Amino acid sequence: MDILSNLINGTFVFATALIFASLGGVIGERTGVINLGLEGFMVSGAFSAAVATHYAETAGMGGASPWIGVLCAMVVTLIFSGIHAIASIKFKANQVISGIVVNLLAASSTFFMVKLLFEGAAETPIIDHVFHKWAIPGLSSIPFLGNAIFTAYPTTYIALILVAVVWFVMYKTPLGLRMRAVGEHPGAADTAGVKVNRIRTYAVLVGGSIAALGGATIALTAGSSFAQSTISGQGFIALAAVIFGKWNPVGAFGASLFFGFAQALKDQAQIYDWAKSIPTEVFYMLPYLMTLLILLFAVGRSSGPSALGEPYDPGKR
Amino acid sequence: MNNLRRLLRSDSMWIPVLSIVIGILIGAIVMLAGGYNPLLAYQSLVEKIFGSPYDIGETLRQIVPLILSGLAVAVAFRGGMFNIGVEGQIVMGSLGALMVGNMIDLPPILHGIVAILVGALFGGIWGSLVAIFKVKRGLNEVISCIMLNWIALYISHIVIKTFMAEMGTSRSQPIHDSASIQIAWLSDLFGGARIHWGFFIVIFMLIGYYYYLNRTKWGYELRAVGYNKHAAEYAGMNVSSIAIRTFFISGAIGGLIGSFEILGVFKYMAIAPNTSGIGFDGIAVALLGMNTSVGVFLSGTLFGALYYGAQGMSFGADVPPEVIKMVISIIIFFAAAPAAIRMFLKMFRRKPKREEG
Repeated sequence: MDILSNLINGTFVFATALIFASLGGVIGERTGVINLGLEGFMVSGAFSAAVATHYAETAGMGGASPWIGVLCAMVVTLIFSGIHAIASIKFKANQVISGIVVNLLAASSTFFMVKLLFEGAAETPIIDHVFHKWAIPGLSSIPFLGNAIFTAYPTTYIALILVAVVWFVMYKTPLGLRMRAVGEHPGAADTAGVKVNRIRTYAVLVGGSIAALGGATIALTAGSSFAQSTISGQGFIALAAVIFGKWNPVGAFGASLFFGFAQALKDQAQIYDWAKSIPTEVFYMLPYLMTLLILLFAVGRSSGPSALGEPYDPGKR
Repeated sequence: MNNLRRLLRSDSMWIPVLSIVIGILIGAIVMLAGGYNPLLAYQSLVEKIFGSPYDIGETLRQIVPLILSGLAVAVAFRGGMFNIGVEGQIVMGSLGALMVGNMIDLPPILHGIVAILVGALFGGIWGSLVAIFKVKRGLNEVISCIMLNWIALYISHIVIKTFMAEMGTSRSQPIHDSASIQIAWLSDLFGGARIHWGFFIVIFMLIGYYYYLNRTKWGYELRAVGYNKHAAEYAGMNVSSIAIRTFFISGAIGGLIGSFEILGVFKYMAIAPNTSGIGFDGIAVALLGMNTSVGVFLSGTLFGALYYGAQGMSFGADVPPEVIKMVISIIIFFAAAPAAIRMFLKMFRRKPKREEG
């Protein structure tokens, strides 16, 4: 029983960053902008969270420091989501390439900054004031569920609330209707008086800030610094979660939980003797292999918003 | 004279040139902001590239995989497809070449040839998986490429650790000497720089790419699909098999990169936590080179030289080499968003007209 509840708890720990990043991806892609830059947004988020928290801590802000870090992650990442928005919406660049540019730029500029700020160091200083798990009073003493679900990092709770919020906005408000219309039929939306490119720009910016929260989560919970290996590919898994979840916030949430589970399984399975004879690489490979197999055999043809990847040119309507 | 004037007015020349200029300028601004001396930095970059015969040789070594990676991406691009899986194809090619080089005994020369071919075959098969998934199951190639990159990396770790582990290190055993494709006398001439037969093969690949695309039926079909998939299908072309064939070729070029790196440069394969990044750089090379043979050659040369020279910047001017990666990403940004450059050009081009009037 303990193992199972640890497994569920671990699933949420690993899934949280992916939930943020994939929600960010859903928001942008639903309006028609492909987002390969999720990795870069996470890198930028993790970097700014780690640096801001470090400085806040040195300035004596104590327990408030990681929250300042989270806020900085969202603000700083606007630079990178802004670049993606300008390239892909204003200048109509190929959106896949624009995302790759963001990834390259985020990786190179953050490591440059780390070296600049910390005298050539390869990673940011270790942060003392990272997030700790919150046990919800009362609920956390329920035998099985208490440990499994009601003892988690604050970021996990925020992520869960955000899933509900994004879902509500997207499917229950006029704004959500406009966002989806822009992704499906930009021409028709324009005729109906919706500012297509403005909505897309805001969606990419907001999505980027939410994805940055994913990076901040990793830097401030699982790790306690920012280094080259902090994100390593999580953004791409989040992108897979967007597609796996069929561009729906709840679907992306489910897919993130699934990938989180695959990673938690890796940690739990290695405790057993029988598992030790299996090369660790098999466990590392598991999330990617399972994603591929599921996309191939279980999901079927997943088609995104019909205008995904197409820049909108009002003149061509 | 008229041709020259037309060339000077055409965007296809100005966009890459201005992208490079802007990239280098912004790089200088970043260095200034960080308190470094950009002139000294760029000077030590150039000195590193041409500093000694050894440096020239090693710069050339750095250029070869970038040109090939650019070709691998470009051939898929021309068919209207995205291959961001070159990373994984390089890993599989390395693995194939390593297995032949380490686990099989063959006479010299033949051993190298077989290892290169097996590496290319591994990469080709890995690449065609992407197209097969796309054609048979409708799986987006970007996603399957990303997954296959990681899967390839971990497969290589498992194979190396199981069959070719070098105790106490995080790398494989070396290949047998008979499988080496280094050119000893040329290497001596360049002060021991790791120069290999891949240098000559890459020239054939560039010519071959041009010939394939413009002079063969398969190349014609590829371009037709790239221009308009539906029209090509209507004209009776088998779009599915063209996609699989193209991804096989693209992947085989990726596999070739891996073969060269193992057989000609490193002699072993590292158990690295990440893929090399050359495959992603290939996207930049193809884009800046506008998917043409000459363009890929020029942009691959530029990026290879910049990467090698960046090492000199940290010695000469104490500048972190990440600056060069920033410069390269800015170059790609402008190459990918030609509308941004056209905006600049418009401002400059109006002026002479006014003078005429």
